[in-house]
Amino acid sequence: MTRTTALCVSNVSLSYGAKRALDDVSFALDRGRFCALLGPNGAGKSTLFSLLTRLLVTREGRIEVAGFDLARNPRAALARIGVVFQQPTLDLDTSVMRNMRYFAALHGMAGRDATARIDAALERLNMRERADEKVRALNGGHRRRMEIARALIHAPEVLLLDEPTVGLDTAARRSITAHVHDLAAEGLTVLWATHLVDEIEPSDDVVVLNRGRVLKQASAAEIAGEGDLIDAFIEMTGGNDEAAA
Amino acid sequence: MNAWTIALYAIVLREAMRFLQNRGRFLSALVRPLVWLVIFAAGFRAALGLSITPPYQTYITYEVYIVPGLCAMIQLFNGMQSSLSLVYDQEMGSMRLLLTSPRPRWWLLFCKLMAGVAVSLLQVYAFLGIAALMGIRMPAMGYVYVLPALVLSGLMLGALGLLISSTIRQLENFAGVMNFVIFPMFFLSTALYPLWKMAEASRLLRDICAVNPFTHAVELIRFALYAQFNGWALLWVGTGAVAFFLLALLGYDPARGLMRRKG
Repeated sequence: MTRTTALCVSNVSLSYGAKRALDDVSFALDRGRFCALLGPNGAGKSTLFSLLTRLLVTREGRIEVAGFDLARNPRAALARIGVVFQQPTLDLDTSVMRNMRYFAALHGMAGRDATARIDAALERLNMRERADEKVRALNGGHRRRMEIARALIHAPEVLLLDEPTVGLDTAARRSITAHVHDLAAEGLTVLWATHLVDEIEPSDDVVVLNRGRVLKQASAAEIAGEGDLIDAFIEMTGGNDEAAA
Repeated sequence: MNAWTIALYAIVLREAMRFLQNRGRFLSALVRPLVWLVIFAAGFRAALGLSITPPYQTYITYEVYIVPGLCAMIQLFNGMQSSLSLVYDQEMGSMRLLLTSPRPRWWLLFCKLMAGVAVSLLQVYAFLGIAALMGIRMPAMGYVYVLPALVLSGLMLGALGLLISSTIRQLENFAGVMNFVIFPMFFLSTALYPLWKMAEASRLLRDICAVNPFTHAVELIRFALYAQFNGWALLWVGTGAVAFFLLALLGYDPARGLMRRKG
């Protein structure tokens, strides 16, 4: 792992019984890059996210976050990760601010420090004015933005997003994708799991995952070549996805 | 406060707020034992004669006898309710948020446990207050001495709930917990009848009651309410709390437990 590498996954494998969910997965993300983990449904993206967030562990392979081995130094590694799960993880009946404070406390922050960080994170996602609203009153796009803001409170070095636009309308999807690209432009390292190629910009890095294996890591433009990214993706995965659009 | 206690405070506060905001849950937590106290105890008062056994120093009415058992029952139901909400959290994803924070997993689960205990204390003291208004009063110091006993019994029953939540995959499976955990634990204990009374009916049932950890939680609370110490019950409840918690930790171990099975 070099000094410019923010996330390094080396030879990671995981099986559920006889089923090989991930098979010798390796890739690395440089600091300040937006990397799309592109794969069809069932490719192993969520399983990989569970390993990256230590909800699951495996003895096969190694994961390093900002130079910290997730297996040997999980607390240091997790402190440097911000996560947005595919499934919303919000208390619907409390305010945005209370949700944010709860998360800040889980990361050991309270009082003025937490308030300042929460304000800054909400401001970054244009959500500051909604701080006192109940989460239940927010639309899907705003809830997602709030989750992204929440994942930034502790100033992580790597932001992991597992299909964060699932269930959102086109406008909200576009807005959130643009926001996260902006975060990467500001220096945050982003791993964005998706099966939707229109969320990827030509300059983004792409890791193509299919049936638990990494097929390719390169820039989106490189993978697309002379044609479209979607065609290259379908060709690589054998058309193993109905949702790529 | 350091990072660990900040997390503890936040988790306890969150659970307490959720409980207090849910008036239905608060009400049912109080109504359940009061129904037992007012209706069940009135019916059984005539049928069950109770001799003088420690910690009592005089003959007591049946209502007085079952108060400690009902305190423990509140904690038993609360432990299972916490377990239910943990399964719900797992299904809804908020458990992931907790488990991916940079604190040791055992500490996060212990915080969850303490949050459940705090909620159960609110319920038990509210119940004891209503019982006192109905004329069922304990020695004044008993209300103080019972606090550590309630904390320990709450930890044991909460840890049992945590263990159960680590083995259940879906909310639908939770109905079985009522039939196979709550009812047997409650009825095969000294909550409603003393051991010697049970022995008159069946030696086997008496022996089962004697090894039921819930029995010892009830006795720990009963003695503490009369400002007395029951070392044997303390040992049982303490051992039970540690054992259940360690088993729950295994269940939540990312290498072998629940999250792996859930994928």
